[in-house]
Amino acid sequence: MLIEKLKQRFGGEILGAESAHGEETITIGREHAYDILRALRDEPGFEFNFLSDLTAVDWLDRKPRFDVVYHLNSLTLSHRLRVKIGVDGTDAWVDSVVGNWGAADWLEREVFDMFGIDFKGHPDLRRILMYDSFEGHPLRKDYRYDKRQPIVDEIDPIVNPRHSSR
Amino acid sequence: MTPSDPSDEIMELQMGPSHPASHGTIKFNLKLDGERIVDCDVEVGYLHRGFEKMCEQGTWTQCFPYTDRLNYASPCINNVGFALAVEKLLDIEITERCKYVRMIMSEVARIADHLTCLGAASNEVGAGTVFMYMLEAREFLYDLIEAVTGARLTVTWCRVGGMTHDLPAGFADQMKSSFARIDQVLSDCDKLLSRNRVFIDRMSGIGILPKEDAISYGVSGPLLRATGISYDVRKAHPYLVYDRMNFEVPTGERGDNYDRFNVRFREMEQSKRIIEQALATLPEGPVSITDPKVVLPAKEKVYNSIEGLMNHFKLIMEGIHVPAGEVYQAVEGANGELGFYVVSDGSGRPYRVRVRPPCFLGMSALNKMLVGHMIPDIITTFGMVNMIGGECDR
Repeated sequence: MLIEKLKQRFGGEILGAESAHGEETITIGREHAYDILRALRDEPGFEFNFLSDLTAVDWLDRKPRFDVVYHLNSLTLSHRLRVKIGVDGTDAWVDSVVGNWGAADWLEREVFDMFGIDFKGHPDLRRILMYDSFEGHPLRKDYRYDKRQPIVDEIDPIVNPRHSSR
Repeated sequence: MTPSDPSDEIMELQMGPSHPASHGTIKFNLKLDGERIVDCDVEVGYLHRGFEKMCEQGTWTQCFPYTDRLNYASPCINNVGFALAVEKLLDIEITERCKYVRMIMSEVARIADHLTCLGAASNEVGAGTVFMYMLEAREFLYDLIEAVTGARLTVTWCRVGGMTHDLPAGFADQMKSSFARIDQVLSDCDKLLSRNRVFIDRMSGIGILPKEDAISYGVSGPLLRATGISYDVRKAHPYLVYDRMNFEVPTGERGDNYDRFNVRFREMEQSKRIIEQALATLPEGPVSITDPKVVLPAKEKVYNSIEGLMNHFKLIMEGIHVPAGEVYQAVEGANGELGFYVVSDGSGRPYRVRVRPPCFLGMSALNKMLVGHMIPDIITTFGMVNMIGGECDR
């Protein structure tokens, strides 16, 4: 139902649509993503005024590599929608939606921090969970989970003990 | 050239990650004009432990201990949320009894979380007695949680397809006697605080977040309901058996700290109503499904038959084979909409587990709530936001 209404309204902008497990998902391109998301927020019948979540998935060996995923929710009509935008690994950016939902401020900072995707138009895109001098983007699949980046040199008490007692 | 007057300068002060009055490691980079806050940059991430990355390294069942440590004041709700997400992706239906039991324990966890939040927040404004009373009430609930799951905090009690074990015998009686004492505690705290001049002066009119800003910032839970919008995931997108229960969703009016206090206080009474109704209509039956591809076989089968042994081995070593796909399951956490976005590539290990943390969005709105107020108001507002470090930073 919702997908038909979306296809009627946005036509060719919808690159893919899926309905599974009681949820609807559409895939759009990034060129007009800002306008489409604004229309989804404002137009009657959609009214997605609540941005539940903004995150990304790294499909390492797929082209496009990343999926930026928006979970939209409507407090007035009580329906949900997932919107996905495929983003290339080498040219990773989408337009920021801070103008639509204030929640995007911190959520986009987190996606930038964890995946390295740039959000054009974000007022203050900097790391949020990792410390400032951290290098790399930890949730990417090619970042090893056990890689250590200590700010202060780690002291191994067996190899290099501080005190020479016992 | 006249020298600049120091009283005109903006002072930058860092209310650092370890502060005795802040509950959790959070840093406020304040810009102050005297004692009035001109700007407040909230810095989170001091408790970031890589939850989402570590979930990808193990099997589906190995994610449950990680979920305990998200909102560690109400761990049952996190377990339930993740289990529901994976069960949705597997398209399996859990038993009726499991739904009721998960709902009862979620509400117990919610009451425990609210007691922690309100008790700690009252302590910060000087009401030490209320803090002690509420923590005493929480002890009764922790005794209950320990009787059911074996642990007070890190419960790891849900599994995909059911739970580790059923409610113990005598649970309903223990619940009844606990509630008799909790009711007494809550009525005492109500008498001490709700019409207390000092408390109202500290809380009322402080930290106001207007409705439109709350919706725009993705704020949910008691913070949103204090502004007057009655959005509760249990009513809007019912899960488990909440649609069969009779309960109200308390709301406030102005969105200030006093309203948030009130909303949380009244939510505890509503949770108690849900628990009593659920215990009265609790169905009999098994608490886990018997699908050998999802749930571990009984130990007698594992030790006495080769099929049971093989079944157990495959499920432990390879994990549950969840078909490829993605799902977003939202539950009503103590702080708001707790969402689990789970992506599977068909193997026994999760491909991506994303937690939508309600207090992360609440903290992003904290700047708006604090600008224009004074330093002591940071304590009360931050206390009422109830940021749990484990959930905000993961």
